[in-house]
Amino acid sequence: MILTTHYLVLSIILFSIGAAGVLVRRNLLVILMSLELMLNAVNISLAAFSQLHGDLSGQVLIFFSMVVAAAEVALGLAIVILLFRHRQELNIELFKSLKG
Amino acid sequence: MPAHNSHIELIQQVLWLIPILPLAGFLFTGLLGSRLPDKANGWIASLMVFGSFLLSLFTFRHLLAIESGHRLVEVDLFNWVTIGSKFTISVSFQLDPLSQVMLLVVTGVGFLIHVYSIGYMAGDRSVARYFSFLNLFMFAMLLLVMGGNYLVMFIGWEGVGLCSYLLIGFWFTDMQKAIAGKKAFIVNRIGDFGFLLGVFLIYKIFGSLDYTTVMGQLGHFHTGNAMITAATMLLFVGAMGKSAQIPLYVWLPDAMAGPTPVSALIHAATMVTAGVYMVARNAMLYNLAPASMTLVATIGALTAIFAATIGLMQHDIKKVLAYSTVSQLGYMFLAVGVGAYSAGIFHLMTHAFFKALLFLGAGSVIHAMHKALHHSDKDPQDMRNMGGLRRYMPATFGTFLIATLAISGIPPLSGFFSKDEILWNTFNNGHPVLWIIGLTAAGLTAFYMFRLLIRTFFGSYQGTAEEQSQLHESPSTMTVPLIILAVLAAVGGFIGIPELFGTNYIHHFLNEVFVSPAQLHLEHGATAAHAVHGHATLEISLMVISVLVALAGILTAHHFYHRKPELPARLRQRFAGLHRLVYNKYFVDELYEKVVIGPLRGLCNFFYNIGDRMLVEGMVNGSGHLVNGIGSIVRLLQSGSVRHYLLGMMAGAIVMIILVVYL
Repeated sequence: MILTTHYLVLSIILFSIGAAGVLVRRNLLVILMSLELMLNAVNISLAAFSQLHGDLSGQVLIFFSMVVAAAEVALGLAIVILLFRHRQELNIELFKSLKG
Repeated sequence: MPAHNSHIELIQQVLWLIPILPLAGFLFTGLLGSRLPDKANGWIASLMVFGSFLLSLFTFRHLLAIESGHRLVEVDLFNWVTIGSKFTISVSFQLDPLSQVMLLVVTGVGFLIHVYSIGYMAGDRSVARYFSFLNLFMFAMLLLVMGGNYLVMFIGWEGVGLCSYLLIGFWFTDMQKAIAGKKAFIVNRIGDFGFLLGVFLIYKIFGSLDYTTVMGQLGHFHTGNAMITAATMLLFVGAMGKSAQIPLYVWLPDAMAGPTPVSALIHAATMVTAGVYMVARNAMLYNLAPASMTLVATIGALTAIFAATIGLMQHDIKKVLAYSTVSQLGYMFLAVGVGAYSAGIFHLMTHAFFKALLFLGAGSVIHAMHKALHHSDKDPQDMRNMGGLRRYMPATFGTFLIATLAISGIPPLSGFFSKDEILWNTFNNGHPVLWIIGLTAAGLTAFYMFRLLIRTFFGSYQGTAEEQSQLHESPSTMTVPLIILAVLAAVGGFIGIPELFGTNYIHHFLNEVFVSPAQLHLEHGATAAHAVHGHATLEISLMVISVLVALAGILTAHHFYHRKPELPARLRQRFAGLHRLVYNKYFVDELYEKVVIGPLRGLCNFFYNIGDRMLVEGMVNGSGHLVNGIGSIVRLLQSGSVRHYLLGMMAGAIVMIILVVYL
């Protein structure tokens, strides 16, 4: 039997992988993908809690989250394209010109 | 009294016009004057003052028509300040014998000096500015003497101070002259401060600033009242500043930096006499404060002799006249201080004639010398460069001679009567020491005035023949006022001849202002008795003494500077220390520099450095520096590396979760 705990463990694992990817990787595209992973990890936990409480509002929230994530990806990819055109490279260490 | 009422109404109808005319002249020449020719400016300004003079004659005629003892006309023009229900100040004018005499002197002499200025200032770069200032001065001076309450007087008082400053520093591109103007203004402000405090105190005592209200309440106070003594002393501090008395006289000699007609009008004939007028205006208050009277008389006598001794040694023709003015003002204060108010005002009037004449004569000499010396760098005001001018400037010389005789107190010229009236009153009212001081000052006056006359007009010219050929008499706009003033200086004394020989018109005219009606009645009986009993011989012998002293002064001057010109140099060597002391004006300016100005400057520097630079600027700039400093540290957090930001976010999120979960 798959318990809510299993879903949550999966969610934590996915979230941690995503967070590590965001912090460690240098390629902007990979960072964006890792961000998606984190978002979806949260979605899994939302679905698990929804199941646990027998309340659909958790799953409704997932749809909102997915819509926002889609919008974010669209914007993020657009920025990535622009940055790539600018530098022909997506290494995040190159984009330090916002230094204070 | 229906006949009276018609006269009062007539005066009320025209009174406000007297100061308004010069004000209009000021606005016109000030705003549009630079587009008009210089001559036009001069004549417009002069005509305005002449209009005021004619109106003053008109009011004089109608004032005389009112019965003696009731000669007081008040006009409330408009309500100026109203605070609550109790405090109201209106702009009001008052005409009584005292202000009438002042009106005639100010507008009459003022008009002559305006006309003279047309000739004197011809060719100057800013004639329009000059005449607008001169008219503004007339306006302020008329406010001062016509004001019906202390506040209107104060406006005039400050106004004349301002104009004095503007006109002393008229040639402001010359640093020396600008500084002289500043000095006059600041010293005057010190006096004005006392004056203002006196006015406050008067309001505190009487609850009103209106002359008639104040004077009407005096019956409730007894002689020697401390509050009134304090108020009158404070008022006298104002008079010290404005009328150049010890210790605030130092500005007047420096004020000679202004154009000479200005010295004649403001620093001899009118403005500097404002203090005397003010004391006379408050005669009834001073009568209740014997201590203040003694102070006024003592300061006056000391100033008279102190300034006279300085005048002995000066070489600048205008400086001699300046110290002479200070000395004569001392005389006037001596008079009002011993209670002889009408004698003081009488001397004020005759002094206005002869001193204005002396200054204008000196101006005429300077005008000629300036033309003659314009190629060299010699000082056109230094008497050592003059001599023998009598032959080149007969009109100037003749009028100057009359004025010199008048100021020296030679009968029957005007100065004799007024000076003698003062000395007689000083002696008669029980101040023999002050009388001796005054008499000595009279002798010194005769000496230094004849020294000036001899060195300027007699002997031979001290410069080159080429300069000599350029000496000439001044234009008629300058000589005609000189001649008119000479006539006034000669015959002006006859309105105040001693009771022994005739009627002292000016005393009877003025006296109702100075004493209450009851006293006036008493005094009438007393003077009649005086004339009959005893005093006649004494009065005549004192008169003879003062004439002899004046003659002695003249003869000494003649001996020193005409017969044996080498004598002064010998004396100078003999008394080198004394000469140095007096020649340098007793080092009073240096003393003030050390004692007053130096510490004041130190205090200012202290407040500037500690208060302003450290505290105020420190706080303002400090807040900026603080933000800057914090910013320069915090900005290091913004490394530009996105991963650092993300790490920060993550760490923050974790911290928050821990806080929420475990706390």
